Amino acid sequence: MADHAAVPEGHHGEDVHHTSFWRKYIFSTDHKVIGIQYGITALLFLLFGFSLVMLMRWQLAYPGEPVPLIGWLFTDDTMPGGIMLPEFYNQLGAMHGTIMVFLGIVPLAVGAFGNYIVPLQIGAPDMAFPKLNMASYWAFFVGGVIMLGSFFVPAGAAKAGWTSYAPLSVIESMGQTMWLLGMVFLITSSLLGAVNFLTTIVQLRAEGMTFMRMPFFVWAQFITSFLLLLAFPPLEAAAFLQLSDRLLDTSFFMPSGLVVSGEVVDVAGGGSPLLWQHLFWFLAHPEVYVLVLPAMGIVAEIIANNSRKPLRGYKAMVYSLIFLGFMSFIVWAHHMFITGMGQAMSVFFQTTTMIISIPSVIILTALFLSLWGGSIRFTTPMLFALGFLPMFGIGGLTGLPLGLAPTDIPLHDTYYVIGHFHYVVAPGTILALMAGIYYWFPKMTGRTMNDTLGKIHFWGTIVSMNFIFFPMLIQGMAGVSRRLYDGGEIYAHAQDVIVYNEVMSIASWVLFVFQIPFIVNLLISLKKGKAATDNHWDATTIEWSAAPSPPVGHGNFHDLPQVYRDPYEYSHPDHDEDYWPQNAPPAEASED
Amino acid sequence: MQIPFTVAPRPDTGVNNAKIGVWLFLASEVMLFGGLFSAYIFLRIGAPEWPGEIGGHMYERASDILNVPLATLNTIILIGSSVTMVMSWASLAMKRFDRYRLYMGATIALGFAFLIVKAFEYGEKFSHGYLPAENNFLAIYFVLTGLHGLHVIGGIIVNMYFMWPGARMWKTDPKRFTNRIEIAGLYWHFVDLVWIFLFPTIYLL
Amino acid sequence: MSEHSVEEIKKHVRVYMLVFGSLAVLTAVTVVVGYLELPFVPALIVALLIATVKAGLVAAYFMHLVSEEQVIRSLVWLSLGLLLVMFLLFSVYYVDQIGLMIFGF
Ligand code: HEM
Ligand SMILES: [Cu+2]
Repeated sequence: MADHAAVPEGHHGEDVHHTSFWRKYIFSTDHKVIGIQYGITALLFLLFGFSLVMLMRWQLAYPGEPVPLIGWLFTDDTMPGGIMLPEFYNQLGAMHGTIMVFLGIVPLAVGAFGNYIVPLQIGAPDMAFPKLNMASYWAFFVGGVIMLGSFFVPAGAAKAGWTSYAPLSVIESMGQTMWLLGMVFLITSSLLGAVNFLTTIVQLRAEGMTFMRMPFFVWAQFITSFLLLLAFPPLEAAAFLQLSDRLLDTSFFMPSGLVVSGEVVDVAGGGSPLLWQHLFWFLAHPEVYVLVLPAMGIVAEIIANNSRKPLRGYKAMVYSLIFLGFMSFIVWAHHMFITGMGQAMSVFFQTTTMIISIPSVIILTALFLSLWGGSIRFTTPMLFALGFLPMFGIGGLTGLPLGLAPTDIPLHDTYYVIGHFHYVVAPGTILALMAGIYYWFPKMTGRTMNDTLGKIHFWGTIVSMNFIFFPMLIQGMAGVSRRLYDGGEIYAHAQDVIVYNEVMSIASWVLFVFQIPFIVNLLISLKKGKAATDNHWDATTIEWSAAPSPPVGHGNFHDLPQVYRDPYEYSHPDHDEDYWPQNAPPAEASED
Repeated sequence: MQIPFTVAPRPDTGVNNAKIGVWLFLASEVMLFGGLFSAYIFLRIGAPEWPGEIGGHMYERASDILNVPLATLNTIILIGSSVTMVMSWASLAMKRFDRYRLYMGATIALGFAFLIVKAFEYGEKFSHGYLPAENNFLAIYFVLTGLHGLHVIGGIIVNMYFMWPGARMWKTDPKRFTNRIEIAGLYWHFVDLVWIFLFPTIYLL
Repeated sequence: MSEHSVEEIKKHVRVYMLVFGSLAVLTAVTVVVGYLELPFVPALIVALLIATVKAGLVAAYFMHLVSEEQVIRSLVWLSLGLLLVMFLLFSVYYVDQIGLMIFGF
């Protein structure tokens, strides 16, 4: 009897401990824990996606030579004797793009920062639907596992590029089916997230937090969520259609009489490869703004905080953001100028593309002008934020020639395009995300990251990134195609610019080396970093001024804050301190 | 800590969280079906004939190959189920739980009736060898009606949950339960709405 | 829709029945027009017109959009607007590509 009772009791005690651990850290519904889960997963995926491209860069710099040091790790159907097969090169390329965009940047920018910061910045106890939030993370996780798993199916992962253009993608091996399934999960995750963010921002703003008092970061997440909500479903539809083409032998994307390896493909035909491109880019153009808007939001927070001035033209920035959101739905065919579209459509999409660059320029200019006359603190996050500005500028400017058909036609599908979007996404968005990590790390952990390591990280990163991406623009203008397995070795017109391949490759490995101080810094500061005060950066926004660092468990605030003023009241003439928190009652000011 | 506005509406927006949530979800659903309808438009404009050649026979009209009477029946069934659905909500609003049960039961039954008719229709196609791979008309027919059918199944599952296990909430929190039925209803009406467009575009044009 | 008196709901119920009747009639009209075998363009216009009216009735009354709050209505307009833009651009793109003239281009 005693024996009988003892066992379940001990068991029971363990069980309680067990559930609480699982509920607290794994299947948590607290937006802060989910945000950190997203953050860790996304950083790991970024590292993985980066590793894929470091391998590719070896092949581009030294085509056909065995990969040193790690070449022997690979199987015979990927890199026999350490020499990369073309099929494997294609897998790496397709998966690099997919992983960076859908499993790295979006989850970090929206899933991690959005989740952690948005409820805190608007004064909400949590997201509106905590369980959906958890479901969103786990759908993302499953999507990620499927994508990774696709490397291990027969003939490997998807090989048709991150854009999965038909008909190539339809006749591809099984990896493509995995890609589509993975995308369905990732899309579901994003949709759940978008519904949650929008509801939270509309419904759970604290008292006094009107729309025009929301920090710019929240605005950026708000518009981003709309883009995710309304642009992703057509891609989901497209994924269903492609799945049907692959599994049920339908011909949505298969033209009549398609010949592969000298044989006519045995399908009914009558479909349209262009249909895929339309549905894909209907999502993917808004998606590029999903990649960059949260970054702009982060940069705006950090610039206001470190220049100790209100943002110049906050309203203009917000209206630009809204306009940009609308416009991003009607520019997609600028990715398709060489598909033989008619004059009217070409003119239409060129015009809308030129128009959409105006709000981007307004936002960028406002951020630059916000620096004017500020007493700038060159903290590590500020360095990264400042780095974002010119890098995004180059990215945006190189986009303009691509937006006009006459200049796009020779540049399309060359390294110039690769250079363009990497300038926006890598030295642009990724720098901003790094800035966000350094900026909000004290909020999340109550500790600060090391400044010296941070500065080494910054300078190493921005310099090596420019050595990677600037030569791409040059190669592209010389006409080097973006899809070459040997980096252009056999093309006469590429000979003058082929030397850059080695430069870019070495720079990419140097970039990796400069991420080591960051990783070390992140891990060590978790335990050993200097303790931070609650409002470490003397900030005005309420995630800093109303909540302790780290915020109290489930619920964030001791009492829900009340908001009295605009988000960036730095150096206000009516206030003694150089920052006037949104939640500080007005009476406090007149007292002293 | 409690999340605000889960039941009571927020004063300045006038709605509660779930209401906004479900409408946002429906907006994304609009774009999902919108994407498929766009695909339909694109394929159809590009096709020399529609429905075209199926099984060695040239068809000029969709109604020659699809079963319009069955689809009409299904339209009526689905519209009817929308009425019973809205009545089940109205019954709760009038505090008549017994009638709620009745109407919700009818909604579920009509949902199943729709699926049975659909299964019959699919079976007829399959038995003639009219598979999705046959031509693009059949392909888009199967994908669109199939995805719609999945939405019906999802709706039935939600409704069954609120018919049985979920209905316990009526005792503890009647107001929230009434809200939930309204939300479930919004989804169900949306599924009806999609069919209202599917029916003429696929079967009649 | 927040609080309702029983009286109000009873009024609603009468409206629901009327809507049901109209939907049934409109469905019949659609099918009859379908059997008339009109040429494509008039058939398209009639079918879409009727479908839009039906959908409008469902959305307005069953989904309570007539008395719904502004946030929700704006959201509905936003997604419908986007949907129309998508349809329009997809169809015009193709028509333009296969060489028909649009607006003189
Ligand atoms: C600001 C003005 C911008 C303009 C005018 C612009 C224009 C363009 C155009 C026309 C293309 C297609 C080039 C081609 O394939 O021939 C393109 C490609 C691309 N852009 Fe931009 N862009 C801009 C900003 C951005 C931003 C902010 C991002 C992302 C954060 C971005 C990401 C991309 C990506 C990912 C691609 C290439 C996709 C691929 O083909 O794989 N762009 N851009
Ligand atoms: Cu674009």
